[in-house]
Amino acid sequence: MAFPVLSAIVFLPAIAGIIILMIPEERKTEVRVTALAAATFALLLSIFVYVSYDVAAGGYQFIEEYSWLPSLGISLKLGVDGISTPLILLTGVVMFTGVLISWGIDDRPREFFAFLFILASGVFGVFASLDLFMLFFFYEIAVFPMYLLIAIWGWVKTREYAAMKLTLYLFVGSVVALVGALAMYWESGLGTFDMLALQHANFSPEFQRLWFPFVFMGFAVLGGIFPVHNWSPDGHVAAPTAVSMFHAGVLMKLGAFAALRVGIMLLPEGAKYHMKWVILLALVNVVYGAFIAMVQTDFKYVIGFSSVSHMGLVMMGFATLTEKGLIGASVQMFSHGVMTALFFAAVGMVYDRAHTREIPKLGGMAKPLPLVAFGFIVGGLVSMGMPGFSGFVAEFPIFMGVWEVKPWIAIVASISIVITASYIMLVIRRVFFGEMPAEFEGHIGPIRVLDKIAILFLVSLMMLLGLFPSVMLPMVQSGVQGVLSLLGGA
Amino acid sequence: MLGYDATSIMAILPEILLLLTGVLVLVYEPLWNKETQRRNAGWLTFGGLLATIVISLLFARPGAPQEVFGGMVRFDWLGFAFKMFFIFAAAMTTLFFMDHEKLGSRGQAYLLLLAATIGMNLMASAADLVMLYLAIETTSIPLYVLAGFMKDSDESTEAGFKYLLFGAMTSAVMLYGFSLLFGFTGTTDLYALMGALTAGQLPAGTAFGLIFLVTVGLGFKVALFPFHFWAPDVYQGAPTPVAAFLSTASKAAGFAVFARLFMVAFSSMEFSAIWVNFLAILAAVTMTVGNLIALGQKDVKRLLAYSSVAHAGYAMIGLVAFSELGIQSVVFYLIAYIFTNLAAFGAVAAFERVTGTTEIAAFAGLSRRASSLALVLLAAFLSLAGMPPFGGFVAKVFVFAAAVKSGLIWLAIVGVLNSIIGVYYYLTFLKVVYLYRSEDEDKPLPVPSPYLMALVVLSIGVILLGTVFAPWFGLSGNAAIALF
Repeated sequence: MAFPVLSAIVFLPAIAGIIILMIPEERKTEVRVTALAAATFALLLSIFVYVSYDVAAGGYQFIEEYSWLPSLGISLKLGVDGISTPLILLTGVVMFTGVLISWGIDDRPREFFAFLFILASGVFGVFASLDLFMLFFFYEIAVFPMYLLIAIWGWVKTREYAAMKLTLYLFVGSVVALVGALAMYWESGLGTFDMLALQHANFSPEFQRLWFPFVFMGFAVLGGIFPVHNWSPDGHVAAPTAVSMFHAGVLMKLGAFAALRVGIMLLPEGAKYHMKWVILLALVNVVYGAFIAMVQTDFKYVIGFSSVSHMGLVMMGFATLTEKGLIGASVQMFSHGVMTALFFAAVGMVYDRAHTREIPKLGGMAKPLPLVAFGFIVGGLVSMGMPGFSGFVAEFPIFMGVWEVKPWIAIVASISIVITASYIMLVIRRVFFGEMPAEFEGHIGPIRVLDKIAILFLVSLMMLLGLFPSVMLPMVQSGVQGVLSLLGGA
Repeated sequence: MLGYDATSIMAILPEILLLLTGVLVLVYEPLWNKETQRRNAGWLTFGGLLATIVISLLFARPGAPQEVFGGMVRFDWLGFAFKMFFIFAAAMTTLFFMDHEKLGSRGQAYLLLLAATIGMNLMASAADLVMLYLAIETTSIPLYVLAGFMKDSDESTEAGFKYLLFGAMTSAVMLYGFSLLFGFTGTTDLYALMGALTAGQLPAGTAFGLIFLVTVGLGFKVALFPFHFWAPDVYQGAPTPVAAFLSTASKAAGFAVFARLFMVAFSSMEFSAIWVNFLAILAAVTMTVGNLIALGQKDVKRLLAYSSVAHAGYAMIGLVAFSELGIQSVVFYLIAYIFTNLAAFGAVAAFERVTGTTEIAAFAGLSRRASSLALVLLAAFLSLAGMPPFGGFVAKVFVFAAAVKSGLIWLAIVGVLNSIIGVYYYLTFLKVVYLYRSEDEDKPLPVPSPYLMALVVLSIGVILLGTVFAPWFGLSGNAAIALF
């Protein structure tokens, strides 16, 4: 093992965050430049991991292991497989674009970037951890900076309420999952938190059925599963732009990913037993989320609820426990992450200039902000699952997988595609086209160069994946094979 | 047995050095004139405490457990580990004393602090009921005086008096329990008690009575429900640095006694069956009551007082797990708690020095006013809430892990639910610090160098405990093994 690239990725943001905290408060430019440098570096590292992951070999790669607390079998074990590698890349992308978008933050930027980077470290850590204890450790690190980021830099009207709601929901979920994880640890009798070892612990079916709901639902809270989803739209809306991007783009994937890693992969028997109702909950997410999104008048709430709907598709893909469903869900995590980041970036840019997000009050934004409109439209096409964009690559296999298991659920869920199309079209027409209200005439300034880079970067990623699915599908497939082998060739 | 050989001296070397420091303070203090005296006495005490830690670590580490002074004191890692952290806590408290208007200018304050520390050291190592009682009183009496140290403040006087009344009453009840123990078994030696109580001639009711009487006294020390009523008033009224010491070292000392007494003297089947259930229920109630009442507090010292009640409940979970891992997790928990709570109280004291208030609302705008102080509070409160990468997270996980291992899943779940309540009020406080604006934002808030030093050391400690936890856990393991 030459260069410990995963630990570099995981710890780089936290170290950068600490360095940023040491820069004197008033030197805001230095703070921003340091943040951008660190984010660029993290992005390059994550691209490096993505490119050099050996798809043919599959399995866990870049494994690093450092003994941490031998007496309890805790080690810092890092490694990525075909499912987590795209998510590492996603985190790198969102972190980079998030910093670009946040250039204009003027209230205590030092603390803002420091907290954001500590959060990013936690996110990278969860995706790369192969040790159950460390996974929890990083999971919690990814949760608490969110509170401060939303409460301090969020939207004045709802930030206190939304931040506390979000933190409490997520904390409840994680501690419930923690009790389940401790039960697994003692039940296995292996004396280790190594997940690769726990995968072969042969838990009895009764044990798995008892604990699966705790672990899976505990993490799925962060994945936004119904009925514990309602922290998420409030949180998205109250958060500042970069944090919304992180939050909807990456954090919700964290929940879904941990539910897969710990819930489904460690307790496969429990998963098979309980998936009947999980798939129904996910169906509620998909359809109900889309309907609620349609009736929102706040631009950002539309996107917030559309995230609930799309994350439902991820959960639904997992719940099929079939190859197609799992592949689709994994690609959807990446695709939705990029798409939502783009959406929230666009919403933020419009709001920063118009100072309102009420759809009826907006209009004609495409003229002063052509690139933002372009980005939003591409995001909308992805969201509708239009062929040629990444959304299609992701959603099509999910529906195929669901059809294999329960055709009627696939039919009901497909309603959501129609509704999604309708609300996305509606928003595009109302916000970006039509008459611009007189009050905005001449007040809508252009966006920064950095904003343009961020939009173009996100757009090109989605088109790349849409046009050449082969850049990701084989990798994800190799990861899914690992999950299927644990499920016993389901 | 009453020989004074090298081992006996080693066993009480830290106490001897502390006494020496006290004598030096007493001798030199009158020689310093008013202007410079205040810092000098403080630095002398601090230096003495630091030297004690270094010398003890170098020369007086225990080997195999050994009883000295006729079985009065036991020389083992449990006692030693606790001693080192008591002395460390005293050293940090000294730094907080130095720039306190009322405490720093009086040599007596340092002397009382040293005396209380000697008492705590003996509490952690006492192996005989008589010694134990003396140690507890040696600890308590100086602390009564310190709590009421600000004579011109009604609140401080009230705190001291209340602490004295509560303390005297509960220690009398405990003494009654000790006398019954002696009456039933004919011995005061803890390790002999273990054998005598194993025989099992005591009816269950009597056994429960004995356990209850002893718990009254110790429950007072660690602020266990329903013996916690003194804590909020005393913490609020006492000078803040004293409250810091009370809530950390004094509580940890109570737990050291709990561990030795219950895991050794009361370790027989009949006894443990009773106290495990009894204390498990007390732990659950303590956590819940502490956390629920903390929700409504308007003063940060009262908030920390109720939070410290809740933390006594969490730590108790490890004890009732009744296993080696359980004790190990309690010791780890207390180490993390000492660092965290000292940091929290220290930052509050630094704030109070300048502003003269500890009301939560007064902390508004602190992150703009003194961002380093705000960061210390952030680390301390998140650690109390049990968030990584701070010590409190790992400590809680270990305690819950011990409970789940011993089959006390219900208690782990109660603990987990309680920590959620905790998150709420800790974050509410941080919200005031980081989010709210205030008119005083531009006023400077100077932090004197001793405070800065202590807060930096404590913050680094809190982070190290939460990230590089293996060495601390190993140390706790050494301490736990001494009981088995």
